[in-house]
Amino acid sequence: MYHAIVFFPLIGALVAGLFGRFLGARACEYVTTAFLAFTALLSWGVFLDGGPEVRVQVASWFTAGDLTVDWAFRIDTLTRVMLVVVTSVSTLVHLYSIGYMHEDPHRPRFFAYLSLFTFAMLMLVTADNLVQMFFGWEGVGLASYLLIGFWYEKPSANAAAMKAFIVNRVGDFGFSLGIFLVFVLFGSVAFDGIFPKIDTVKEASFHFLGHDWNALTLACLLLFMGAMGKSAQFLLHTWLPDAMEGPTPVSALIHAATMVTAGVFMVARLSPLFEVAPDALIVVTVIGGITAFFAATVGLVQNDIKRVIAYSTCSQLGYMFVALGVGAYSAAVFHLFTHAFFKALLFLGAGSVIHAMHHEQDMRNMGALRRYIPFTCAMMAIGSLALIGFPFTAGYYSKDAIIEAAYASSRPGHTLAFLSTVIAAFFTSFYSWRLFFMTFEGPARWGAHAAHDHPAAPAVAHSAMAHEADGAPGHTEGAAHDDKGHDAEPAHRSDLVADDHHGHGHDLHPHESPLVMTVPLAILAFGALFAGLIFKNRFIGEGMDAFWGQALAHGPDNHIMHEIHEVPALVSLSPFIMLVLGFVVAFCMYIKQPKLPGALAAQQPGLYRFLLNKWYFDEIYDAIFVRPAKKFGLFLWKEGDGRIIDGMGPNGIAARVVDVTRGVVRLQTGYLYHYAFVMLIGVAGLISWYLMTGFPKGGH
Amino acid sequence: MLGLGILSGLLIVPLCGAAFILTLNGDEAAVARNSRWAALATTIVTFVLSLVAWSRYDATSSSFQLVESHGWLAETIRFKLGVDGFSMPLVLLTTFLMPFCIGASWNSIRFRVKEYFVAFLVLETTMIGVFQALDLVLFYLFFEAGLIPMFLIIGIWGGQRRVYASFKFFLYTLLGSVLMLLAVMAMYWEAGTTDIPTLLQHRFPAEMQWWLWLAFFASFAVKMPMWPVHTWLPDAHVEAPTAGSVILAGILLKMGGYGLIRISLPMLPVASQEFAPLVFALSVVAIIFTSLTAMMQTDIKKLIAYSSVAHMGFVTLGLFTLNEQGIQGALFLMISHGIVASALFLCVGVVYDRIHTREIAAYGGLVKRMPLYAAAMMVFTMANVGLPGTSGFVGEFLSMMGAFRANPMVAFFSTFGIILSAGYALWLYARVIYGKLEKPKLQGILDLDTREKLILAPLVALTIYYGVHPAPVLDVFAPSTEALMTGMKAALANTQTAAAALPVPR
Repeated sequence: MYHAIVFFPLIGALVAGLFGRFLGARACEYVTTAFLAFTALLSWGVFLDGGPEVRVQVASWFTAGDLTVDWAFRIDTLTRVMLVVVTSVSTLVHLYSIGYMHEDPHRPRFFAYLSLFTFAMLMLVTADNLVQMFFGWEGVGLASYLLIGFWYEKPSANAAAMKAFIVNRVGDFGFSLGIFLVFVLFGSVAFDGIFPKIDTVKEASFHFLGHDWNALTLACLLLFMGAMGKSAQFLLHTWLPDAMEGPTPVSALIHAATMVTAGVFMVARLSPLFEVAPDALIVVTVIGGITAFFAATVGLVQNDIKRVIAYSTCSQLGYMFVALGVGAYSAAVFHLFTHAFFKALLFLGAGSVIHAMHHEQDMRNMGALRRYIPFTCAMMAIGSLALIGFPFTAGYYSKDAIIEAAYASSRPGHTLAFLSTVIAAFFTSFYSWRLFFMTFEGPARWGAHAAHDHPAAPAVAHSAMAHEADGAPGHTEGAAHDDKGHDAEPAHRSDLVADDHHGHGHDLHPHESPLVMTVPLAILAFGALFAGLIFKNRFIGEGMDAFWGQALAHGPDNHIMHEIHEVPALVSLSPFIMLVLGFVVAFCMYIKQPKLPGALAAQQPGLYRFLLNKWYFDEIYDAIFVRPAKKFGLFLWKEGDGRIIDGMGPNGIAARVVDVTRGVVRLQTGYLYHYAFVMLIGVAGLISWYLMTGFPKGGH
Repeated sequence: MLGLGILSGLLIVPLCGAAFILTLNGDEAAVARNSRWAALATTIVTFVLSLVAWSRYDATSSSFQLVESHGWLAETIRFKLGVDGFSMPLVLLTTFLMPFCIGASWNSIRFRVKEYFVAFLVLETTMIGVFQALDLVLFYLFFEAGLIPMFLIIGIWGGQRRVYASFKFFLYTLLGSVLMLLAVMAMYWEAGTTDIPTLLQHRFPAEMQWWLWLAFFASFAVKMPMWPVHTWLPDAHVEAPTAGSVILAGILLKMGGYGLIRISLPMLPVASQEFAPLVFALSVVAIIFTSLTAMMQTDIKKLIAYSSVAHMGFVTLGLFTLNEQGIQGALFLMISHGIVASALFLCVGVVYDRIHTREIAAYGGLVKRMPLYAAAMMVFTMANVGLPGTSGFVGEFLSMMGAFRANPMVAFFSTFGIILSAGYALWLYARVIYGKLEKPKLQGILDLDTREKLILAPLVALTIYYGVHPAPVLDVFAPSTEALMTGMKAALANTQTAAAALPVPR
């Protein structure tokens, strides 16, 4: 049964990938979707049955000395929850893609990638050991790379795909070292070999990078670095917004509901380790809090509908890490669960809007769409309500639990986490309504309307929005950046929609999406509304202990899930207050007084530009990592290898030989290179000496 | 059969093929065609023969097997052959790759076809000989003899700067060879024999080990190649014909690693341990520096050549960790790199045959007209960056894990390699395969033909198969690695007790 759940998507991917050209696109769509639907059914069966922890050995992977790595499944409640999330969302996204991608000539490839992704994700969540988890981890990274770059003719898509892979590799750098350290400490990489031995290494210290660390804290921090990369946390978040270059169903599946939550899953899976490494948990809390706040601020001013939702995802992941950091693992996983529904809904809804607008993504060229695509509008409304945590929707239960946990916790960093999550709740409400109003309400700013409205009625929202960019001195960067959004269109189709491409075509008729796209929306909307209500008791309520079993660890002093019931009423109410506040502000700015945003932006150009340019992270990273690396590489090649090594070695000798044979003795001493050569050798010597004497060999 | 065993057969069959090709004459086209088929047949027969040897090999034992010994220069310098867990996989890798090289040269070699294939078959004999030799003099002979056909292949059938590249290749390797010859002689005077199994039991004095180690290291480091004696490799690769590059990356580079594990580590354990930090430093520098250098290359072959140097950094790193994970990982990486780097060079050959340039900037958007090629290239690129599920991962992961056990600091720096490799490999892929197909020269480019599919498909399959199930190779290394570790530990313990009275600087 578990074999079927994990390997059916792989079979689907292979069928579509290898035989796609013979079977035709239609057959690939049906095969992959049917396989996925089947695994989703099995997963729900497994989830509802519950039961104890199961280990299923599939095969042996590799053995070297005392290291043994197996292909094996570890099925407990945490895995079952993830199975349900992954297979359900994946099935719906497969279904939706049949409609969304129907014009694309490369559908077999697309569905093969989607199913391949699902397989890798399932390997990740069923992993029985860290190395298999790493397999799934990098596998989803590969699928994400392939899908972001799906429209390979667009330079921006290629750049985004590479960026996603490489930034994730930075995280994997930490993850790998973490695995090595865990192996050194526990002599095993399998969870069954690690968790029972935790007490024996609790106090161990480890010498690393000239510092004596608590071994477990160091291991957790290194592993968390991997989680930061995959879950786009602060400092390693830069790839996620760019990943929106991929087709929208991909954003829904990979960059909202499943892959980006892998980091949360990892920390939850390793909760027995993190529980005994409180210092690492502080870092988790603080990073989560900063991300929740930071991403929400950037989301306030973005104009690309997908980027707003992308930053929202980033921010919500921050919430989950806050919950993990304060020890409320079940709340984090609960938010992961509900978030999958409403965020997939929002992305697929945005896809439906983009579909209706013939691949327009800039909200400044939308407006008044409620009348044209009422169903999509309703679905987006439900998604937004769940996201902002409107009472009794799914987000309400999970998000409030996190905010209360952040308040109730007594661990260092919890105050920062509490404040930033509450403020982020306000921002979330604001940008959600901003998105909703700009897209569905107000006057139409597209097609023929744009042409009429623009010169005739400067007071309408469109010009206000235009001001929002124009008013800011730095609008060129912002505009250049937004242009990427316009281009989110495969080149081979651009001729079909050339008129609409800039939102000023005259024959644009927004239309509701076909049934194959609206049905998945409706199902997700059901989840976004009721998943909280239905599952609250099991995930974080009274049925918690029975539901989770041994899947999540709680230290003896960790009573956070009880303490959240004892927080002051004001704290419990704070998310709701923020929600109302955000709505009121957004309503004033985008419905009542559409001039206000432009005026505000003009008044605070520095702040506006700072946010619009995402705190300048891309620019900073480019300046301190990318460009110096390239320069250094060029130096090593031209000067290091070319002049110094070759100049001193073979070329020098060859040149002498040639010179001598020609009877012309030229004395090219090249003193500079001598010095440089000596320097390079010196560096190598220094490092050797340092390694020989400075650091004792491994161990603790 | 004349008292010769199967291992001698592996040496003789390619030579017979070469002799047969030499006898061919007639009009040029017919000779060319016949020598191709003869070479292909010879290499396939050799491969099958090596499979027979493999079937008779007991992978659970660490001792030398299929041993045969014939009188040669002296009673103590014999023509002795045998294989163990370190050499058997490398012999198989060599015989496996040869038919691909012949296939890759099918249409691209247009003049002196006969001589080309003769050179290749002679080269095959010498390479197999290196891995099978159980006598140091024989080892040295094969090790050096291989230089000549390779020198000719680059120098005659290479690109524009072939003469420069072949001389550079020769100069570098010659320097190391002289020192190695001295070391071999010194060993003979000390131990009275050049028989490798006997030398493995011999304990060389610690003082002497230093000098011997350095002399061997000079030779092996050039062959690996290790930073900073690596600059011959990019030039040699760029100028060599496709099949030459495949052999260089696939087999010749592995001779350095093989020498380290066959001679340096087991025969000179004390010096090996003493010099491990030096090797670590050079390996880490190689991994980081050459990865950065690779990133900036404008020539596809040079980029892959630099990436080979970086991967060989992981090999030397793993070997000197002196633990099971590191050593087995390094050995596995040698095999994996033999497959993956060869495949990458074959891939470059595919487009080079069509467009006749190696400039990255001349390509772009190939996926549009060459989807199969793009898919194969994706698999090899991912194996090159060490994605789990490809053979590249297992070796890199294990050698880094070994390094972490030996020295966490070294592992920390070497792990940067996984970020940088993603950088250069994906950037190359994006520039060559993705993007718009705009260049006029590329408009009519054709996807893989049957010959190319036949060449690349087995390599794709093996890359993934060994990624998911590396045991068939990895487990062969295990008994020999274990024996090596036991032997080294005993030797080191011995010297430590001897030197216990002296204060040892650590």
